[in-house]
Amino acid sequence: MILTELPSRIPAIVDAVEDHGPQDAIARRLRELGFVNGEEVEVVAKGPLGAEPLLVQVGFTRFALRRSEAARIRLRNGAAA
Amino acid sequence: MSAAEASTLRLALVGNPNCGKTALFNQLTGSRQKVANYAGVTVERKEGRLHSTASGRQYAVLDLPGAYSLHAASLDEAVTRDVCRGFYPGEPAPDVLVCVVDATNLRLHLRFALEVRELGKPMILAVNMMDAAQRRGIAIDLAALERELGVPVVETIAVKHNGARALIEQIDRTAARPHEPTARLAEGADLHAETRRLLSLAVAMPTRTAKIDDALDRWLLQPVLGFVVLIVVMFLIFQAVFAWATPFADAIEAGAGWLGGIVGSVLPEGPLNSFLVNGVIAGLGGVVVFLPQILILFAFILALEESGYLPRAAFLLDRSMSAAGLSGRSFIPLLSSFACAVPGIMATRSIQDPRDRLATILVAPLMTCSARLPVYTLLIAAFIPDGKIGIFNQQGLVLFGLYAAGIFSALIVSWVMKKWRRDKSEHALLLELPSYRIPHPRDLLIGLWERAMIFLKRVGGIILALTILLWFLLNFPAPPEGAIGPAIDYSFAGRIGHAMAVFFTPLGFNWQICIALIPGLAAREVAVSSLATIYALSAADDEAAIQALTPVISDGWSLATALSLLVWFIYAPMCISTLATIKRETNSWKQMGFAAFYLFALAYLASLVTYQVASALGAG
Repeated sequence: MILTELPSRIPAIVDAVEDHGPQDAIARRLRELGFVNGEEVEVVAKGPLGAEPLLVQVGFTRFALRRSEAARIRLRNGAAA
Repeated sequence: MSAAEASTLRLALVGNPNCGKTALFNQLTGSRQKVANYAGVTVERKEGRLHSTASGRQYAVLDLPGAYSLHAASLDEAVTRDVCRGFYPGEPAPDVLVCVVDATNLRLHLRFALEVRELGKPMILAVNMMDAAQRRGIAIDLAALERELGVPVVETIAVKHNGARALIEQIDRTAARPHEPTARLAEGADLHAETRRLLSLAVAMPTRTAKIDDALDRWLLQPVLGFVVLIVVMFLIFQAVFAWATPFADAIEAGAGWLGGIVGSVLPEGPLNSFLVNGVIAGLGGVVVFLPQILILFAFILALEESGYLPRAAFLLDRSMSAAGLSGRSFIPLLSSFACAVPGIMATRSIQDPRDRLATILVAPLMTCSARLPVYTLLIAAFIPDGKIGIFNQQGLVLFGLYAAGIFSALIVSWVMKKWRRDKSEHALLLELPSYRIPHPRDLLIGLWERAMIFLKRVGGIILALTILLWFLLNFPAPPEGAIGPAIDYSFAGRIGHAMAVFFTPLGFNWQICIALIPGLAAREVAVSSLATIYALSAADDEAAIQALTPVISDGWSLATALSLLVWFIYAPMCISTLATIKRETNSWKQMGFAAFYLFALAYLASLVTYQVASALGAG
């Protein structure tokens, strides 16, 4: 499952951030911000138009991510925290 | 450089965005700050002096731009990386790095602190916002953290009096005996794994988020209610700006008029008298009169920014703004542009994506700045009847329409530019929504002071210089003996106005309007007092000028001309200060030329259509 498919307010665990293309600076920045294997994430809110952007809690921080950014984040199957 | 300066230890504050670094910097240095740019780039460089009363030592403190990582993703982060490493040209390497982390956000901030530690420089870790951490029941074992990190760790509360005492004491100790971190990561070790290890050893966190943040975000980001709150907040701000600024602006104008009157009556009649009264004093008054509106609007923007609400507004608006080729991050600069486009354009520095930033810079002049209001007021008072449509005042509706037309045009222009670029690549948002905070008055005042200085330096000099130049154009050469008609007709400005009239006749502008457009180069509102001069009316200030002008122009001009001129000022391409700022911020004559050209073309076309249509409908 990827993060854009995760329903609101359901915690999940990050598996990995996938690169979209070579030298994906956005993917690297996502990892630096804490989207790494084993980290708990949750979609806290969605933008008013077309559920864009997503407000995502990771660690103790909230980030607004556009859906194309969130689509890089693959979640572990099944297990919620 | 004196011996004392050479021996002054250099500290650099480094940390994630939203770690309270700047508040800590304000606490350490107070008002002893210097704001400039780093050499060669438009990244703000803030330096201050810290005087330790305990040791009597002086320190030079640098507030580096906030960064999430030393793998720079933006110009700001590249500056931080290079200065920390001592590679930045013309910047001496800092002797001690003070890494600031937010005690409530250690998962993110400690990772960056580890990156900084790996530079191997003398370092102090300041765990900031300990008060907020305590309120949330977060327990941090500073001794364990210090042992595991191998660098001195102190706690700070940037917004409390004496909240940086432990840090200053530690700075004195480190200054006496600087040493490198005693711990280091193994080659290829994972920073995230090390961060988790540190957290499990030293930090007990009952909940991951603050209850107040959860509650506020639930309401403020709710799709319908969120928008309602946003609109109400914006409405209240603009109400306050207009209601509170007017008395101050009136007082400044009256003051300038009074000063001009005194100087005019003391000095003998002649060019010097006219130069001082109509050139210098009027010019200075024209600069300062904007300050109340700009400062009040900026006070609100700063308070909203510090409180954490503005990033939420960016979240709500991102989808609509990105459809138009902008980004949610464009919201703050565009909001500032309603006061004045110059600080607005400078605020685009917070937009990391260079294309989003450029698009925002190019449309910022379309936001109705405070200088256009006197022009709107004059024309609306003269031509729009003071009646009611339903419950709304007609004049108010027209004014609202002019504001809306500016915003709407900005969206169209940025949308066209997006299509033009045919740019399919991805623009990142990646915007942190920090915890809500109550802003500290000291940080607001320092921020306000900085904005006021930017305005006075960047805009003030240009307006003053141009006002003086225009005074010259308007007064020389003097009319010949026995001349009939106003003196201005014979001046350089008069000749230029007559020449321009050929080009502007299709827009319905007569030569008097054309002349008034020239002083509008300095600041748009000067166009009003210029019209008064041209129609040979003497008026002490803008208000009097509007009253005296109203009957003259409502008799002399057609409605079509008035509408055409109103539309012209929506786009008003001739603010030199704005163009100079675009040049400075983009570092490109081409972008500045493009902005000037497209604004002029839009103004010309829109006014042309307005005049021709209105004339055809019988308003000519």
